[in-house]
Amino acid sequence: MSNIQYARANLRFLEDQSVKDTPIHRLHPMIKILTTLVYLGVIISYEKYEIIAMLPLLFYPLVQFSLADLPARLFFKQLLIAAPFVIGIGIFNPLLDPTPRLVMGPLTVSGGWISFGAILFKFALTVLAALQLIATTGLNEMGAALLKCKIPRAFVTQLLLVYRYLTVLVEETAAMIQAYSLRTLENRGIGVRAWGSLVGHLLLRTMDRAERIYQAMLCRGFAGELQFIREYRLGFNDIAYLLGWSVFFVAARFYNIPEWLGRLMMGVGR
Amino acid sequence: MHMADALISPAVGGTAWAVTAGLIAYSAKKVQTELDERKVPLMGVLGAFVFAAQMINFTIPGTGSSGHLGGGLMLAILLGPYAGFLTMASILTIQALFFGDGGLLALGCNILNMGFYTCFITYPLLYKRLVRSKPSQGRICWGAMLAAVVGLQLGAFSVVLETLASGISELPFQTFVLLMQPIHLAIGIVEGLITAAVILFVWKARPEIIENAASSRPIGRVSIRRVIVGLIAVTVLTGGILSWFASSHPDGLEWSMFRASGREELTTRERLHESLAKLQEKTALFPDYGWKEPAAAETRPETAAPAWPAVNGGTTAAGLVGALFTLALAGLIGFGLSRFKKQP
Repeated sequence: MSNIQYARANLRFLEDQSVKDTPIHRLHPMIKILTTLVYLGVIISYEKYEIIAMLPLLFYPLVQFSLADLPARLFFKQLLIAAPFVIGIGIFNPLLDPTPRLVMGPLTVSGGWISFGAILFKFALTVLAALQLIATTGLNEMGAALLKCKIPRAFVTQLLLVYRYLTVLVEETAAMIQAYSLRTLENRGIGVRAWGSLVGHLLLRTMDRAERIYQAMLCRGFAGELQFIREYRLGFNDIAYLLGWSVFFVAARFYNIPEWLGRLMMGVGR
Repeated sequence: MHMADALISPAVGGTAWAVTAGLIAYSAKKVQTELDERKVPLMGVLGAFVFAAQMINFTIPGTGSSGHLGGGLMLAILLGPYAGFLTMASILTIQALFFGDGGLLALGCNILNMGFYTCFITYPLLYKRLVRSKPSQGRICWGAMLAAVVGLQLGAFSVVLETLASGISELPFQTFVLLMQPIHLAIGIVEGLITAAVILFVWKARPEIIENAASSRPIGRVSIRRVIVGLIAVTVLTGGILSWFASSHPDGLEWSMFRASGREELTTRERLHESLAKLQEKTALFPDYGWKEPAAAETRPETAAPAWPAVNGGTTAAGLVGALFTLALAGLIGFGLSRFKKQP
């Protein structure tokens, strides 16, 4: 992650998505976290050559895109930006595993390509699930839910404070970088001699700001931890959502649904 | 260095999560009892600072490329190991949630790789020892450099171990290590230089910040032994239980045996092929791609429908047809739902 403008835009984009009012947004945050975790757990438990059996899991992000009214195109853009490390490690599979595993007429597919494809597919599904979780929930509600799950308060407070100040500091950093690049006519990075003082100044400004923020928080009655006003209640919809999806995920894991459908369609099913 | 969910197995992800959760709980307890509440907003803002500073690219002298900060060591120096670790964990959580940088189940791995080694290993053992109670320019420089380099090497090595233990990448151990370590040596040197430069700058401008941070932490009085024993117990339990669930699948060893021998001798391959097919019948969780020799090839699904049931690869054909059907159905449902939603 290197582009500061992109980071700023992305934080704002997901924040904007999270204030919508759709059936998915209205669900209890804890239910959404649990459903996402079950989903991720099922995905990473697939063996490395299974792509077809994993296909039914595509339904979950698709349904979320529709029901939560999320712009799919922007999420896929996000996928491409996050992909390099996964591709970097997975791309060796086709080279190191040339055993033919699938033959369709003239086309022979090696095990390495299949496992590389499986990695990419898993990557797409897991990243989409995480982004959709935050886009339908928002970090504040997430924090409240994490507290309910007995995550230590110090950590949750910390998480929310970092998030709260991110926009402030990202703006500040962007201004400094712009000032630097306007004076140096070079945009490849910050030169060696300016390293320490540039980031050091940012750090000092940051600490002074923290002091002012702390004073302001004290004025509003801060006593070491953040308070939450909104209370969610678990309803029938929430339980049904969690159970429904979980049953589907587990069923998809244990029964190869596409293969079963294929047999049915080809008339060779029992 | 952010690991994605796609690269880990449930056993590895679960174990790392359990260990990280223990460390977070312990650090949170320490922070709440040791630090005054003034530090709470400071931790928050410094977290945001490191997040923003990671986006400033620095030119690497003589190479024309650029690198950026990791931040774990700097946080440990400015806040102490416990608050530093919590801050690093919160940064990585936000990166996973908002940017897809590292997955949610891989979060445990990422926090260990990027937060644990700098805050709990190289900071107390290298940086603190070298700088001691009286910081000087040289000591800060060498301490930061050494701690950053070693911390990043340990982190990169963990990435290798975690990926290999997950058995998803085909990369052999040696190749992977040779890929990861030298790259992260360069990055570690850059990270050390940046950390040293920033700490030196702050030390010259506002020495009390560095000195306060260095003196206000009574490290070593708490019994870390109990925590470590607890963590080992959790690791063994989680790793053991999760891999027990996973062991109903054929393990990586069988796969690699098959591949290694299959490439050398066709006969061995067929014998192994048979025994694996038997295993497939027994477990039914085995990957469903048909195992067959290229000679028994089937043709494209669209053209050769009648011949299929006779062919050994019927499973594969059924899988492919079913896959197409599933995709079509998924598209249809997505389309239908959005149409349905547009009507009030």
